[in-house]
Amino acid sequence: MFWINGFLNSFAFGAILFLLAVGFSLIFGLMRVANLAHGALFMLGGYIATSAVGLGFAGAVLVAGAACAVFGGILERTLIRRLAGRELAQVLGTLGLAFIIADQCLLVWSGDPIAQPAPEALRGAVGFGGIVFPAYRLALVALALVAFVGIWALVERTTLGARIRAAVDDREMARAMGIPVSRLFTTVFCLGAGLAGIGGALAAPIMSVYPGLDSEMLPLALLVVILGGIGSLTGALAGSLVIGLVYTFGQMLLPDLAYVILFLPMVVVLAVRPQGFFGRQAA
Amino acid sequence: MKSPGMKTLGILLLCAAAVPLVLPGPFYLSIATQVLVYGLFAVSVNLIAGYCGMVSLGHAAFLGIAGYAFALLTTSTGWPLWAAIPAAVALSVAAGALFGLVALRTSGLSFLMITLALGQIVWGIAFRYVDLTNGENGISMPRFQGLLASGTGLYYLCLAVTAGCLALVTILAGSPLGASMQGVRDQPRRMSTLGYDVWRIRYAAYVLSAGIAGIAGVLYMLLFRFISPHTLSLTVSSEAVLMVIAGGLGTTFGPVVGAALVVLLKNVASAYTDRWPTLLGLIFLFIIVVVPEGLLPGARRLMRTFGSRLATRRGPTPIPASPIKEARP
Amino acid sequence: MTALRIDDLHKSFGGLHVIQGVNFTVEPGERRLLLGPNGAGKTTLFNLIAGDLRPTAGQIRLADEDVSDLPTFRRAARGIGRTFQILTLFARESVIGNVIMALLGGRPQRWKPYGAVAKDPVLRREALEVLARVRLDTLADRPVSETSYGEKRRLEIAMALAQAPRILLLDEPLAGLSKEERGTVSALLAELPRNLTILMIEHDMDVALAFAEKIALLHYGRLIVDGTREEVIADPRTREAYLAQ
Repeated sequence: MFWINGFLNSFAFGAILFLLAVGFSLIFGLMRVANLAHGALFMLGGYIATSAVGLGFAGAVLVAGAACAVFGGILERTLIRRLAGRELAQVLGTLGLAFIIADQCLLVWSGDPIAQPAPEALRGAVGFGGIVFPAYRLALVALALVAFVGIWALVERTTLGARIRAAVDDREMARAMGIPVSRLFTTVFCLGAGLAGIGGALAAPIMSVYPGLDSEMLPLALLVVILGGIGSLTGALAGSLVIGLVYTFGQMLLPDLAYVILFLPMVVVLAVRPQGFFGRQAA
Repeated sequence: MKSPGMKTLGILLLCAAAVPLVLPGPFYLSIATQVLVYGLFAVSVNLIAGYCGMVSLGHAAFLGIAGYAFALLTTSTGWPLWAAIPAAVALSVAAGALFGLVALRTSGLSFLMITLALGQIVWGIAFRYVDLTNGENGISMPRFQGLLASGTGLYYLCLAVTAGCLALVTILAGSPLGASMQGVRDQPRRMSTLGYDVWRIRYAAYVLSAGIAGIAGVLYMLLFRFISPHTLSLTVSSEAVLMVIAGGLGTTFGPVVGAALVVLLKNVASAYTDRWPTLLGLIFLFIIVVVPEGLLPGARRLMRTFGSRLATRRGPTPIPASPIKEARP
Repeated sequence: MTALRIDDLHKSFGGLHVIQGVNFTVEPGERRLLLGPNGAGKTTLFNLIAGDLRPTAGQIRLADEDVSDLPTFRRAARGIGRTFQILTLFARESVIGNVIMALLGGRPQRWKPYGAVAKDPVLRREALEVLARVRLDTLADRPVSETSYGEKRRLEIAMALAQAPRILLLDEPLAGLSKEERGTVSALLAELPRNLTILMIEHDMDVALAFAEKIALLHYGRLIVDGTREEVIADPRTREAYLAQ
C-alpha cells in the first residue's frame, strides 16, 4: 500500500510538473528564452484559481490559465521582444519580473497558505481490485496525459505546429518562408504561461498555495528540462516522471535529504548525456 | 589586459579608511560594513560572470555554506575562530569543486539554470535538514570579543579583507590566467584551438569564485551573527548578479559600486516600504532595459547622447560594446 | 612518417552523412589544397581534424599518433594550428593582444595567476615578430575593432602562425578580400617555411592552384579525386563536381 500510494503521488506530482515544465521547455526551445518567471506564473495561477473558485473548479482552472496566458503574452510583447537577441538580459528580465509577481501575490493574497478544495466529483476514492486510489490524483495523471497528447498533436499535426518546428530549426529560414515568427513567439509564450497557470490551479488542491511556492517549483521545472532535454516534449514528460518519483519517494523515505536526492538524477544525466534524455546534440 | 588600476584601488582604499571618521553613528557604519561584505560577494560573482562569462544564479549557496559552517563550528562544536574560519571557507571551496563538476558540463543559459537549481537544493537542505540547521529559525551566534566586538574594528577588518581580495582579483585579471579567462569568455572555440583547456580555466575560475564567496560568508556572519535559509535564497544570488551588472560586468570596481547601490537602496527603501522584492525586480528591469552596460558607463553614454542631441544633430553616438549584449552561451 | 593520416573517416549529424569514408595522407612539408563545391564537407573535415567535432567512425593520425579521441586543445599542443573561415578574433583586444593570446596557448606560463601579460617583454617581442610576418607589426597596438577586414584576415593567419604549428589548416584565408589584399596574403603564404605542412580550403583558383602541389576533391562527403595538381585538373570528375552545382 505504501508503495502504491507512493507511485500514485509521484505520478500526480509528475503530472503537475509536466504542465509547468512543458511550457518552459517549449519557450526555451523556440525562443532561447529561459523564462524564470515561470514559477511565479504557476503560483499566480494557483492564487487566481482560489479566488475564482466561485465559478466552479473547472471554471477557476480555466480563468487561471487564461489570465496567465494573457499575462504571458503581454510579457512577451513588452519585455522579451524589447530585449531580442540579448539572451542574458532576457533571462534576468524574467527573473526581475518573477520577484515582482511573487511580491504582488503576497500583497494581494497575504502570507497565509490558501487551501483549495478538490472538485466535488473527484473528492472520493476509486477502487480497483481491492485497492483504493484518491480520485483527484488519478484525474491529474489522466489530464497530464491528455495535455501531452494534445500538445504533441498541436506540434506534430497542425499548421501552427509545423511553423513552430520550422522556426525552432532555423528562425531566419522560417522568416524568409513567410512564417510570422513574431506572432508565433507570442503564441508560444501565451501557451507556455497558460499551461503554467493551469498547472498551478490544478496543483492547489494537493499542495495549496503559499508564498515561496514559486521558488520551490521553478528549480524543479529546471531540473525536468535539464533531464529531459531542452525543447523536447517527450523529454518534459520523462523528466517530470523521474523528478516526480525522486521527489515524492525522497520526501517519504528521507525527508531531511529530499532536496539532496533531487540532485542525483541531474548529476547522472549531465555526466552521461549533457544534452538530456531527448535533447539534440549541438552541432 | 588593461592596466590593473592599482592606483585607483589605493585612492579608494584611503577614502574608505576615512569613512568611520565621517559617519554620524553606528547604524551608518553598519551599512558601510554591509557594502563591503556584499561588495566582496559581488566580486566573487564578477569573477565567474564578468571575467569568465558564466553567469551563476546560485552563488548564495557558497556564501551560505561558509556562513552555516562557521556558525555551527563555533557554536555547536566550540572551535576557535582561527580554526573555524579556514574550515568554513574550505567547505565552500569543496562545494564549488563539486558543483563545478556538474554545472560546467554546460555553458550559457544551461549553466545559469543548473547553478540556480543547485543553489535551491542547498537552500532546501538549510530549510529541511532541521536537526543540523535549525530550519527556518536559523542560527544565532553570541557576541564576539575584542576587535570584532566594536563596529569600527569590524569595519576595518572587512575593509582589509575586501580590498585584499579585490586587489588579488585585479592582479589575476591582468595575468596570463586572467587573460585566458577573458579569452574563454569571448571566444571559447578559438581558445581551445590555441591549446587552452577551456573547461579547466572555467573550473579554476568557478572554484576560486566559490572560495571568495565563502570568505564573504564568514564576514557576513561576523557582521550579522545570524543566518537562516533566506541567506541562501535565489533572491540573494540574484541581488549579487544585479550588483555586478549595475556596476558593470567584468570591470574592476563595478561589483563594489553595485553593492553600494543595492545595499543603500535596500536600507533606504526599508524605511518606507516592505515591498523590497518588487523594488528589486523594478531595478533589475530598469538596469537591463536602460543601462545594460552598467550604471557608470551607461550614464556616460546617456549623457553623451543627450548632449549631442542638444548640441549638434549629426547622428547617433556610437554605443560602446556592452558585455551583457555580447554574452552568448 | 606521414604528417597527417586519415582512415575511413565518417561523420553524421542525425541522419545527415556529411563525411562518408574519407581516406588520405599528407606528407611532411606538403601543401595540399582541399577543393569541393559548397556543402561538400570541407569545413567539417577541418573541424574533425582540429578536434572541434568527434568522428562517428574512423581514425585521425598526427605524425603516426592516433589523435581521434583527443580534445581540441590537446591536438593544438601536438602541433595542429588553424584559421577560421568566419573571423574568430578577440574583438576587445589590440592586434598584438590577440597574438599574445595565441603565443601563451602553447606555454605553461598560461596558468600563471599574477604578472601583467600586457607588460611581458618576451611575449611582446615574439608577438611583434609574428606580426611582422603578416605585415601587421606597425598596427600592433591598434584595437582589433578599428582594423580593416583585410587586416583582420591577416591577423587570423598570424594567430595560427604564433602557435608554431607542425600542420596548418587554412580555412578560406582569402575569403572576402579585395584583389589587392589577395596579393598580399598569397605573397605571405608563399613565404611560409617549407617544413610546415599546410592543408588549405580556398575558392580562389589562381592563388590556390599556384600554392598547392597536391589537391584533394571532396564531393558530398567523399573524396572523389586525390592526386597532383595536374592530375586533378585533368580529371573529368573535377569538372563534373563543379558543373553539377
